[in-house]
Amino acid sequence: MKRLLIARLGSPNLIAFLIMALGLAAAPVFIDNNYIITVLTIIALFTMLTIGLSLLMGYAGQISLGQATFFGIGAYSMAIFSTRLGLSPWLSLLAGMILAGGVAYLLGMLIFRLHGHYLAMATLGMNIILYLILTQQVDWTGGPSGFRGVPDLSIGGMTLSTDTHYYYLIWFFALITIALSLNIVNSRVGRAMRALHSSEIAAETLGIDTGRFKLQVFALSAAYSALAGGLYASFLGFISPSSFTINASIKIVLMAVVGGLSSIWGATFGAAAILVIEQWLRTAIKSLVPGASGEQEIIAFGLILMLIMIFMPEGLVTGAGKALRARIARRKPERAQPAGG
Amino acid sequence: MSDTPLLRASRLFKRFGGVMAVNDVSFAVQEGQILALIGPNGAGKTTTFNLISGTHGPDQGEVIFRDRRISGSRPSQIAQQGLARTFQNLQIFGEMTVLENVMAGCHLQGTAGFLAAALRLPKAGAEEKRMRGQAMSYLEQTGLAERAHDPAGSLPFGQQRLVEIARGLAVQPQLLLLDEPAAGLNRTETEELDRLILRIRDQGISVLLVEHDMNLVMAIADHVVVLHYGSKIAEGSPAQVQANPDVIAAYLGDDWAAPPRREAADA
Ligand SMILES: Nc1ncnc2c1ncn2[C@@H]1O[C@H](COP(=O)(O)OP(=O)(O)OP(=O)(O)O)[C@@H](O)[C@H]1O
Ligand SMILES: [Mg+2]
Repeated sequence: MKRLLIARLGSPNLIAFLIMALGLAAAPVFIDNNYIITVLTIIALFTMLTIGLSLLMGYAGQISLGQATFFGIGAYSMAIFSTRLGLSPWLSLLAGMILAGGVAYLLGMLIFRLHGHYLAMATLGMNIILYLILTQQVDWTGGPSGFRGVPDLSIGGMTLSTDTHYYYLIWFFALITIALSLNIVNSRVGRAMRALHSSEIAAETLGIDTGRFKLQVFALSAAYSALAGGLYASFLGFISPSSFTINASIKIVLMAVVGGLSSIWGATFGAAAILVIEQWLRTAIKSLVPGASGEQEIIAFGLILMLIMIFMPEGLVTGAGKALRARIARRKPERAQPAGG
Repeated sequence: MSDTPLLRASRLFKRFGGVMAVNDVSFAVQEGQILALIGPNGAGKTTTFNLISGTHGPDQGEVIFRDRRISGSRPSQIAQQGLARTFQNLQIFGEMTVLENVMAGCHLQGTAGFLAAALRLPKAGAEEKRMRGQAMSYLEQTGLAERAHDPAGSLPFGQQRLVEIARGLAVQPQLLLLDEPAAGLNRTETEELDRLILRIRDQGISVLLVEHDMNLVMAIADHVVVLHYGSKIAEGSPAQVQANPDVIAAYLGDDWAAPPRREAADA
């Protein structure tokens, strides 16, 4: 099925995709280190989250500072549906995606009447409400101390139990997310989204129902986030509300901005870059500033965000790609063909 | 020509704060017609376009298009009825290629949704190919085929106007609204535009045209409606309107002869 999905992607995207898939498939053979495998798995999860946001912000022009809401809905759906309601873990994963997509669609009907800052505020509020629910509804969610004993997923009778199993499973889904998203971006709906981002008025006069598109993209981004959430819950076996706070939402925004908002590959890169920097900062700051806490990490991320906004507002991948193309175009006065993705 | 007009605007009113932008304006566009809407700067021409295309709702009055009331509908629903427009202050999708701009105009010619697109279902692939072919043909009609793969924002101003026309044609409308398509074009480009608009009409697409270039209006319009301070002051054939003393007074009173400077109208 994977081959079918990607068979008709544009060729530069296809090549990049294949190289990435092969590299990821081979990586565990060379990396005999659980810590690195875990970091790579987390990168896959945040790739899904960031791609969702990138579609929403970069392609459809709608701000969300609350993507962790849907990440949380996915994670707790996996936990609650599979243990309390007796659904299989796979069905719980699917149910979480449908629930998150539905919640996004309904909330979107309310909040997409707002624009700019107000929309940003509304999505922040949505995240706060989820946090309150997760911490208050102790009977269902386990409250602030978290939910223990989320079941493992299994494939054909084999229960996934090791970090490497989850590495493969989660990257498999991340790659599917990338492939589907590249397809969407380079299609009729993708053009409609980009058109709406560029000029909502003009898009409308071409018959594009911009209101419906915004809702659909929001629901899609929520479903991606819930997919990541459900996988995350099974991977760790334990979840707590602190993973789904505004801090997580902001981290997702940071990843999308670093990678460049209108770029699927950028989202992947942004997720990887921020997580690697985060890991590095944790050790580096501690050795530089003994007794440093999480605060310094936030300050460092704030600085990174500011620098990128000042010097490369389109993000690293989009910005660097443009600079490169401009360079090639100067050397060879031929027409550059901007490829989507 | 049939006896019911393609479009009828009846007693339209639109006020912005203290300004009566459109004040009791009525007119009809017949099928197969090129109707020119003229008037000095600020006369309310663009606002009238906005009321017809649904970008703004009228305070009063209604617009009937193909026997259906369209005022009050969303612009996307109005487009679906077969009405397309261009913008005086360009609303090009600058980051998209010229071809993609026009393919976005083909939106209504397709049906593939998120699922079909994500999975690249054969249906979506075939549709994509068809849209690409259609879009290319509109680019050829407007002389833009050479620039198909350039980012639309990189084109000179005059060509961006043509991209908007090609994009509007891609909607396959029965009525195309052109808001000052000749603004910023040089002499030869204007003459080409002249021929393009006539060709569009000959394909059976009626045209509602706002234009400052009187030569263009006189050369191609079948019927002319004149607005002044939001009100209709005259209408008739180009020759009738040109000879109308009220029209002459309106133009002499304003700096009509000077080329329009203000590009930043609303939309
Ligand atoms: N969105 C808006 N908000 C406030 N005032 C507006 C708006 N749109 C138009 N106006 C005002 O309405 C009047 C008519 O403007 P409109 O743009 O319709 O004129 P026009 O005939 O298209 O002029 P031009 O030839 O300069 O394009 C002007 O006084 C203008 O300032
Ligand atoms: Mg105007």
